Amino acid sequence: MNKADVVVIGGGPAGIEAAYNLARDNHKVVLVEKEKEIFGHMQTAYTLFPNFQDASEIRSSLLQKTKHGNITLYNNSEVTQVSRENDFWRVQTINGLDFIAPAVLLASGFKTFDARYKEELGYGIYKGVITSVEFEEMLKVGKIQTANGEKPRRIAFLNCVGSRDEKVGNHYCSRVCCINAVKLSIEAKKQLPEVEAYCFYMDIRMSGQFYEELYRKSQEDFDVNYIRGRISEVAPTIDNRLQVKCEDTLSQTPLKMTVDLLVLMIGIEASEGTARIGEQVGVNGEYNFSKSISLHTADNKTKHQGFFLAGTCKRPLTVPETMADARAAALEIDLYLKSLSQ
Amino acid sequence: MKDLGFSISQSRTIDLDKSDLSAYRRVVEKVPSAKLCLMCGACTATCTARNHTDFNFRKVHLLFRRGQFEGLAEELDKCMLCGKCRLVCNRGVNTRAIIYNMRIILENLNYKSIK
Amino acid sequence: MMNYHPFVIPFTVGALFLFGVVFYKFYAWIAALDRKQKFMVKQNIFSFKTIRAIGEIFREALVHHNIYKKNPVLGYMHMSLAFGWFLLIVVGKIKASLYAGTFFEPPWLGIFFNFFAVDGHAFSYGEMLTFTMDFLLLIILSGLALAIIKRVKSSLLGMRKTTKHSRFDRIALSSLWFIFPLRLMAESTTASLHGNGGFLTNSVGHLIPSAIAPYAELPLWWAYSISLFVFFVALPYSRYMHIPTEVVLILLRNWGADTGEQLSGYTDIQLNSCSRCGICIDACQLNFAAGISDVQSVYFVRDARYKTLSDEVVNNCLMCGRCSNECPVGLELTLVRQQFRNKQEIPGKFYYEYTEPVESKAGVDVIYYAGCMTHLTPSIIISMKKIFEAAGVNYWFMDEDKGVCCGRPLRQQGFIQQSKNLVIKNSRIINSARAKLLVTSCPICYKSFREEYNLNLPVMHHTEYIEGLLADGRITLNASNVTVVYHDPCELGRGANIYEQPRNILRNFSLIESDYEKENSLCCGGSLSDAILDLRLQLKIRDHALGELTKDKPEVLVTACPLCKKSFVHGNKARVMDIAEIVAGNLKVIARKKQSVRKEELQLV
Repeated sequence: MNKADVVVIGGGPAGIEAAYNLARDNHKVVLVEKEKEIFGHMQTAYTLFPNFQDASEIRSSLLQKTKHGNITLYNNSEVTQVSRENDFWRVQTINGLDFIAPAVLLASGFKTFDARYKEELGYGIYKGVITSVEFEEMLKVGKIQTANGEKPRRIAFLNCVGSRDEKVGNHYCSRVCCINAVKLSIEAKKQLPEVEAYCFYMDIRMSGQFYEELYRKSQEDFDVNYIRGRISEVAPTIDNRLQVKCEDTLSQTPLKMTVDLLVLMIGIEASEGTARIGEQVGVNGEYNFSKSISLHTADNKTKHQGFFLAGTCKRPLTVPETMADARAAALEIDLYLKSLSQ
Repeated sequence: MKDLGFSISQSRTIDLDKSDLSAYRRVVEKVPSAKLCLMCGACTATCTARNHTDFNFRKVHLLFRRGQFEGLAEELDKCMLCGKCRLVCNRGVNTRAIIYNMRIILENLNYKSIK
Repeated sequence: MMNYHPFVIPFTVGALFLFGVVFYKFYAWIAALDRKQKFMVKQNIFSFKTIRAIGEIFREALVHHNIYKKNPVLGYMHMSLAFGWFLLIVVGKIKASLYAGTFFEPPWLGIFFNFFAVDGHAFSYGEMLTFTMDFLLLIILSGLALAIIKRVKSSLLGMRKTTKHSRFDRIALSSLWFIFPLRLMAESTTASLHGNGGFLTNSVGHLIPSAIAPYAELPLWWAYSISLFVFFVALPYSRYMHIPTEVVLILLRNWGADTGEQLSGYTDIQLNSCSRCGICIDACQLNFAAGISDVQSVYFVRDARYKTLSDEVVNNCLMCGRCSNECPVGLELTLVRQQFRNKQEIPGKFYYEYTEPVESKAGVDVIYYAGCMTHLTPSIIISMKKIFEAAGVNYWFMDEDKGVCCGRPLRQQGFIQQSKNLVIKNSRIINSARAKLLVTSCPICYKSFREEYNLNLPVMHHTEYIEGLLADGRITLNASNVTVVYHDPCELGRGANIYEQPRNILRNFSLIESDYEKENSLCCGGSLSDAILDLRLQLKIRDHALGELTKDKPEVLVTACPLCKKSFVHGNKARVMDIAEIVAGNLKVIARKKQSVRKEELQLV
């Protein structure tokens, strides 16, 4: 068994940031990541809203942080078991690693909604229907293409896929899709100035700093069109394009149009790891997100001593919020560890 | 049930593939701030003509955008160009200029009914 | 033939062409005057007004008194060229007639006199006339020098921006600028050969090498004649058409011609009287506050004249009247621009049939019409109600619920027929109430009522009305030394000449004067007349005006227009109040007299 001060479960932005801050405070940190690569969903990001921050810069900075002397990083090490043994936490992974530490930080993040559940939207059925994550990959390599391999003439973005949705059981709002759609539509117009971009929305939720200005910019400088109506049906056309149908609620009329690409803004859900470990330890809340003691006053502590939370395992958060939360968790853990040694 | 007073035929679907979107593009060329419209409806709420009739500027603007021109010319004639809509718009859209340009374009497109 | 040489042909042909074209145009324009204008001409042509007009022609067209008032150096420049050349021609003619002994000598003799009159000054007054001619030429050349400097650095002549001339105007300008130096050179060369010059031409003549002089003489006279030809031929189609046209304009104006609503010959005369001096550009806020300098009146008039008007130039104007106020020629720029905005009328169509009929309230003394915009500044309405109540006025708030717009915003965009339809509707409501007075809070409505309505009762803006109430003692104000600055709204100030009444009210407070007041006041930027201006540029105009008005840090900025109030209050620089508000906020409560007595008192100003 290996001893450490803290075991951080999850090598995404939250995990790395927290690990780094703990390492700087002279704690020995073990960072376990289930995938081959660290960064979590930051791996596939291209630019970050609202100011088009280059994601690769964030990735380099995070990578640099993992190299701190007090951090030991284990990839391909999915956690299978977390249990309390006397006054310590024991963390075991799929590849036989076994750690013992007074504190554990759960930073196992989120997963995206599986769009195949919304069959009527044609994901997995029609080639032109893709998710926002896949679209971001296209932007990253600079190749936005239709199913036929051509440049699209019209791209439609559909908000609230898998969020605010009773049918799939996610009543909550995923917070980031509205601004992400605005960002993606601007990126699309930047790479393909001739393309027509349409955002289909129920609401436009611009809740962060500079979000509203970005929305305005998308209208004013990039000619992005906004239609208030939820696409509920997608059908293929003869020439392999897609026909989308919605109600243009503002004019109270049904509306249809042909598009080349339909980008589904999929929502945030608790990751498989978050759900499983949360269940094991007993910190599961609604929708399998992990639950802290108090949203306002102790958002990183759980009802179990020494078990802490950081990042999107708790709820949908933006990257800046996640990073701030990770630093707060590091502070809590540091205080806890210091209290133990007294 | 009150007849909403619109002679705009709403029975058809809006088919964005077939709609004439170029007319709106001409309005946008002359009035770039039209792109900023949120469709919040504040303009319609303060409208002087609204006290007397069901003239709904937001709706007219939206239908024009979608290329649905039937009946719009008569509706636009109801506007007194008083400018209150422009004063309340929180996005700074020059609503008066939009009406002015829509009127001219509709006249050129002959969507004015001759009574 | 004596006193003839082929080189006079260009000049003569040019002059004949010029006279022909100019008189043809004058004939066409006068024939195209509207009935009212023709009537005024017939009535006043043989009256004292003509003499007054001639005085004005002398004062403005020659001496350029208006421009002197703006900037003395600029005035001198215009005067030296205009008056100088005028005198040069007149004195030249006198000289030629004396020399030839007859009044009917050929017209070119006065112009090319020194070439023909080589035998010195052997005629009566010869020396003195030669001196005068040389002196005048020197004056003109000094003016020319200033004109060149103005092109290069206009600020030295008090102008921030000068007109950007079209290529054609530049050709005319160049030929004009060549005329006098060429004349100087030609006369000097002849003087160097024959010694028949004056103090100037003889001196310059001495500088010309005697070897060159014989060969240079004729070419120079040819060049002089040709430059005159080019100028004369270009004149009717260039800005210099203002030289003859301004004379006609001054005459017509003194005879009482009115610009009117429709295009007429008088409009053409005004369009051709513009000298493109560019003073209107400096006056225009679109220029100095928003950085737009290609739509000002000078360009509008030019494009209207050449029939190349674009939508942008006609419509991008605040119609604030600052340019008309400063125009040295006195062109009614705002009215002319309005004429070009007017749209075709559709016969038989009546707009706004849908407006529901409003029951006029009978038996009231005063009708209060707030105006559309005032509903968005309800503090004005509340204040007016308070004032009416304090004065015990029997009033009816006409557009409290279902107001109908006064019609002026439609008119400003050129929808005259629609405007008239609204006027008919409102007139019916107002007239059938049989009240004694109509009071309105909005200067735009006020101007509309005064100019476009046919009402059976007098109209007042609330500033006039409140001043009357104060003067009659029906309301009194508490003394206060709150520092206030008053902003003259465009439509109330320049538009309706109401400057003193609000100031009389504000003397109760500590009124600070501003640099930009009365006729020189700045537009708040919120004008309904400009349908094109982007919000951001509007705000720039507003910010500049607000900065100027609040320079001395008054406690309150007082205005008399709801649009101005809305415009300024968002600038967050000072407390902005309408004059009704500051009055209502300082009313002294006194005992009321009986209502019957007040009815007589209502025979107000």
